[in-house]
Amino acid sequence: MSTTSESAMNDAAPPATQSFGGMQARSEAVINTTSRISVRNLDFFYGANKALKAINLELPDRQVTGMIGPSGCGKSTLLRVLNRMYSLYPGQRAEGEVMMDGRNMIAAEVDLNELRSKVGMVFQKPTPFPMTIYENIAFGIRLHEKLSKSEMDDRIEWALTRAAIWGEVKDRLQSSAMGLSGGQQQRLCIARTIAVRPEVILFDEPTSALDPISTLKIEELIDELKRDFTICIVTHNMQQAARCADQVAFFYLGELVEVAPASQLFTAPREKRTQEYITGRFG
Amino acid sequence: MSTTFQASSGPTKDAAVAAALGRSRKRSDLILRVLSYGATAIGLVLLASILVTLFAKGFGAMNLSVFTEVTRPPGSNGGLLNAMVGSLIQVGLATIIGTPIGMLVGTYLAEYARGSAFGNVVRFVSDILLSAPSILVGLFVYQLLVLPFGGFSGWAGVAALAIIIIPVVVRTTEDMLALIPNTLREAVIGLGAPKWKMIVTVCWRAAISGIITGVLLGVARIAGETAPLLFTSLGNNAWSTDLTAPMPSLPITIYSYAGSPFQDWIELAWAGALIITLAVLILNILARSVLRK
Repeated sequence: MSTTSESAMNDAAPPATQSFGGMQARSEAVINTTSRISVRNLDFFYGANKALKAINLELPDRQVTGMIGPSGCGKSTLLRVLNRMYSLYPGQRAEGEVMMDGRNMIAAEVDLNELRSKVGMVFQKPTPFPMTIYENIAFGIRLHEKLSKSEMDDRIEWALTRAAIWGEVKDRLQSSAMGLSGGQQQRLCIARTIAVRPEVILFDEPTSALDPISTLKIEELIDELKRDFTICIVTHNMQQAARCADQVAFFYLGELVEVAPASQLFTAPREKRTQEYITGRFG
Repeated sequence: MSTTFQASSGPTKDAAVAAALGRSRKRSDLILRVLSYGATAIGLVLLASILVTLFAKGFGAMNLSVFTEVTRPPGSNGGLLNAMVGSLIQVGLATIIGTPIGMLVGTYLAEYARGSAFGNVVRFVSDILLSAPSILVGLFVYQLLVLPFGGFSGWAGVAALAIIIIPVVVRTTEDMLALIPNTLREAVIGLGAPKWKMIVTVCWRAAISGIITGVLLGVARIAGETAPLLFTSLGNNAWSTDLTAPMPSLPITIYSYAGSPFQDWIELAWAGALIITLAVLILNILARSVLRK
């Protein structure tokens, strides 16, 4: 609870993770013991092609998990399993367990819309909808809740504030989101995602289309957001993983080679392949 | 120039061979260029002569009574009012009926039937319909609506024009939806939106200016169609807004007047042709300005 009172929230819209509060495990080296998502023995197939092999990974509650590895190693694939994005495409299927709140989220009977309201996603390229800034945020909220006009206004201000973009857009909420800069659009997309109050936010290379200053803002934002959200970030940038992540998972050829606290993985990796990758010998 | 190039690029080449190759390249370039420019010139000259004739004769025949009087027997100072209203009604209704059908089929192809065999069949049929001779559409509606229901009617004309505009709208809708990046779709789905909501609130909104452009071009296409109306709404020399009776239209009036031996009818045909051309021109300009927004 103490974390929420310090945060920039300015209305009564607590994130859904609040009930998991009280964990003060923000010390850098210690990995939180509570798992928000547990991936167990997960295989993934694009048609006949096996893209993930027996993945086991815990996503600790309200910590940042970084996923690194060369292109095609399966890190983005795993991200797209966590919110079932792959279910959009026939021929893609997952086997194993992705446990969240005691349920296997890759089971056929899971309500995908409900799952995606709990596990939000921010994409590589900013994806503003062709609507006003206000409508961009309100769109996601309306999918899951019925709010009065004033509640909606408050929630939108809260989301934009949390995404560190409120000051830049508060006077132009009714203008098109397409007119924002790339970095602003990406923060708008983050605001849109957190406005739904998910428990987990997936970032798929969120800064690879942005300039260094926008990148820095997004990274600061991720650091701030992990107080309330469990975060998983795929990145090609190892410095970014080192800066943002509490634990880092290294993927190679569809396997999870090593997962360790960031400081440990980058300074004293257990696996030879990890060592070779982080020192730039391949990938 | 060629010597410095040779010096900098490794193995030396035979200067004579290089010069011969250069000459042959220049010759080929010249031939293709002359052919391209020539073909363009022929096309432009033909188009310009059509437009110049049309504008000269059309403006010469244009006066207020063209817009205020209905078609009359030769020599009695008639106009084209009934034909223009008849065209507006038939083209308007055909657009109102054809646009939603075309949009939904295009949406089916782009959003639901990607890569499916049935979708490919639908797309193929729609493309054939797009380029089918319009007189076949007229004959089809003649068999379907005119013969069984006891005669030519405005509704039959509307049906024929709607059948012609549908594949135009199908094509543009599918093309415009295909331009939307998949990440935008995934972003909508990722918020927990059902697919229909994604299509209606985001995809259509992102594609709407392109779809409107397609509809306007489709309207321009059916506004000038004559053949399908010959078998369906037939034409009518009197004022008529009754869709169950034969209905006048500009293209049919132009068709029958231009072939008549009466000078004032022939002039009216020119005026009508100019009106249609200007209307189509305006629609095209509108379509472009919508697309640019």
